[in-house]
Amino acid sequence: MGEVIVVTSGKGGVGKTTTTANVGTGLAKLNKKVVLIDTDIGLRNLDVVMGLENRIVYNLVDVVEGNCRIKQALIKDKRYPNLSLLPSAQTRDKSAVTPEQMMKLSDELREEFDYILMDCPAGIEQGFKNAIAGADRALVVTTPEVSAIRDADRIIGLLEANEMKQTHLIVNRIRMDMVKRGDMMSIDDVVEILAVDLIGAIPDDENIVISTNQGEPLVGSDTLAGKAYMNICNRILGEDVPLLDLNIKSGLFNKLANLLKKN
Amino acid sequence: MGLADFFKRKSSGNVAKDRLKLVLVSDRANCSPEIMEQIKNDIIAVLSKYVEIDSDGLDIKIGQTESEGNNGSVPALFANIPIKDLKSPKN
Repeated sequence: MGEVIVVTSGKGGVGKTTTTANVGTGLAKLNKKVVLIDTDIGLRNLDVVMGLENRIVYNLVDVVEGNCRIKQALIKDKRYPNLSLLPSAQTRDKSAVTPEQMMKLSDELREEFDYILMDCPAGIEQGFKNAIAGADRALVVTTPEVSAIRDADRIIGLLEANEMKQTHLIVNRIRMDMVKRGDMMSIDDVVEILAVDLIGAIPDDENIVISTNQGEPLVGSDTLAGKAYMNICNRILGEDVPLLDLNIKSGLFNKLANLLKKN
Repeated sequence: MGLADFFKRKSSGNVAKDRLKLVLVSDRANCSPEIMEQIKNDIIAVLSKYVEIDSDGLDIKIGQTESEGNNGSVPALFANIPIKDLKSPKN
């Protein structure tokens, strides 16, 4: 029986879709059967982050309304044989799907996949309720900013009220240089405020932008963010992986390059 | 900015943390300003039976306090109620 994981945040733009893409791809790289579901009806994004936008035939609403079978709507990622995507509908809105329909869908997918990842829309309305309906575990993504943390706190409260079995925190876009100067809250600060278990922290890495541009998740690559995402995947599988040192080791060459950039 | 100012300056990360802690206490308490106003008026009504209070100077807010036994902090209602006259208004 597969596990259903919802990736949520409350606030928009903190990295839910990037996290879904990378964690999903990472789990597939670790030989798990994974399906990613874009539950953001009307604002389809996960397909383009995954680089699968040209292969959409049917979508989530088609499946729920019975216009096609699940198998027909799933896009198989040719790069990873274990990975599939169920894209969202672009021309409908959140009310096209109900929480009950989402639960039924996730129960059917549990039979075939090890992990079902739901990319949740921003907000706390219908779309959020749909995405969390059938989930066993929630990954709450936040950044070290007051607005994102406040929204994450609200989301954590709502997840508790909905009796979510496990809630884990991902702190995204950490800039260690700013943390050291005291101009950014540290990972520990965020964990202390939100009081939920941390499953990983992702540095603010420009490679994320590059990988999104190319439609190729960077999980598992030799970048700081790629390693951090892979660590999260291993922790989801139950392994005890120590937190990655996010301090960028800048050698003499990098220091020179930075100096030249500044001038 | 002088050297003394530099050392006195609170880092913006700490400012953010302190602000968040305060705002989350009232968020979590789920207390709207309207409800706070009702609580305030009810407190005035009850206390006025016994003492004369300065209702303009009355200030109530939700804050945090360390709970006994149970480790961690819990929300607490802080009230600052200036009393004009300790004698009951009826006497």
